[in-house]
Amino acid sequence: MECVFGLVGDGFAIIASDTSAVHSILVHKSNEDKVMILDSHKLMGASGEPGDRVQFTEYIQKNVALYQFRNGIPLTTAAAANFTRGELATALRKNPYFVNIILAGHDKDTEPSLYFIDYIATLHKVDKAAFGYGSYFALSIMDRHYHRGMSLEDAINLVDKCITEIRSRLVVAPPNFVIKIVDKNGAREYAWREFIKDAATGLPTT
Amino acid sequence: MSIFEYNGSALIAMVGKNCFAIASDRRLGVQLQTIATDFQRIYQIHDRLFIGLSGLATDAQTLYQRLVFRHKLYQLREERDMKPETFASLVSAILYEKRFGPYFCQPVIAGLGDEDKPFICTMDSIGAKELAKDFVVAGTSSESLYGACEAMFKPDMEPEDLFETVSQALLSSVDRDCLSGWGGHVYVVTPTEVKEQILKGRMD
Repeated sequence: MECVFGLVGDGFAIIASDTSAVHSILVHKSNEDKVMILDSHKLMGASGEPGDRVQFTEYIQKNVALYQFRNGIPLTTAAAANFTRGELATALRKNPYFVNIILAGHDKDTEPSLYFIDYIATLHKVDKAAFGYGSYFALSIMDRHYHRGMSLEDAINLVDKCITEIRSRLVVAPPNFVIKIVDKNGAREYAWREFIKDAATGLPTT
Repeated sequence: MSIFEYNGSALIAMVGKNCFAIASDRRLGVQLQTIATDFQRIYQIHDRLFIGLSGLATDAQTLYQRLVFRHKLYQLREERDMKPETFASLVSAILYEKRFGPYFCQPVIAGLGDEDKPFICTMDSIGAKELAKDFVVAGTSSESLYGACEAMFKPDMEPEDLFETVSQALLSSVDRDCLSGWGGHVYVVTPTEVKEQILKGRMD
């Protein structure tokens, strides 16, 4: 089952997600990137119906870029979150998107922020968030160990604790995770946590 | 689980002597999982009018945005704030527009009308107004809230007394409901000021 979770630290925000693309009992691929880099300083981790996830996040990404082209300045994280919520809310009673979103961003000269956006368009600004079956473990671990203003090292340790817990306690636990970070220098990939490499790459499983 | 109980909520509005109090819980949940403990359910429309929205959080947020839009338009056209009675009629009309595909929200409206007379009302999800002279409640713990308010209410309470009463009624009711709680948020509004306070209750 898909897991996405995120947290805010001291001057940065992290989103981590599993990387399995699953269809019933088949794992199509185990290096599917579900945390989209929305623009230079925003990350969007998404989980849910695969087609909706890709289509909706790309739609948001392109609209965020369009705003920047038209207006010459990028959207703030709050504005991007509200735009996303608006799109989900409009579609909700017509043709809903089954995508849960965690949106992280760092605006110029302000603090980083994290937004929880449900598939039914519930928006809330939070310090930590998680979706999927993994959320039962990730949220509890974060409740225990998280505090405001964590250093990067501590935050990554916490993320690793969550990943370890998900891997060991969830019955169909996803083996691989990707961790992305956004801070004043921008949004980028931080690390992968791989247990199983794809058969196509020809590398042995550990 | 009913769609009204998806996020969990509790709201009270109570009338005092030339003042009113409106209070809510702070939990945002997704069924039995708690997402946040600082969710805002009560919104200020203008300095003498508040609306609390219980029920499905996404519809509460959408409805709030629509209401703010309508009120701002009203302010531009009429060059004054809306009276609470008028606003209640507006909310009722907006809800009934969606009669066969409603917003899953129960609003609680509280305001100071003409001559600083407090006005409170609630309505169901399709806009059936329920005016009251003493208190109105909404949310997943509404039955408990009715009982607690009925027991603790006295007419013509001063703001300090009103605050105590509303706080105790809210906290004791949400403690019997797993879907609402995690603290309280109380606004006590008099003709001269608005006092906002966060309550610390049982955090579970």
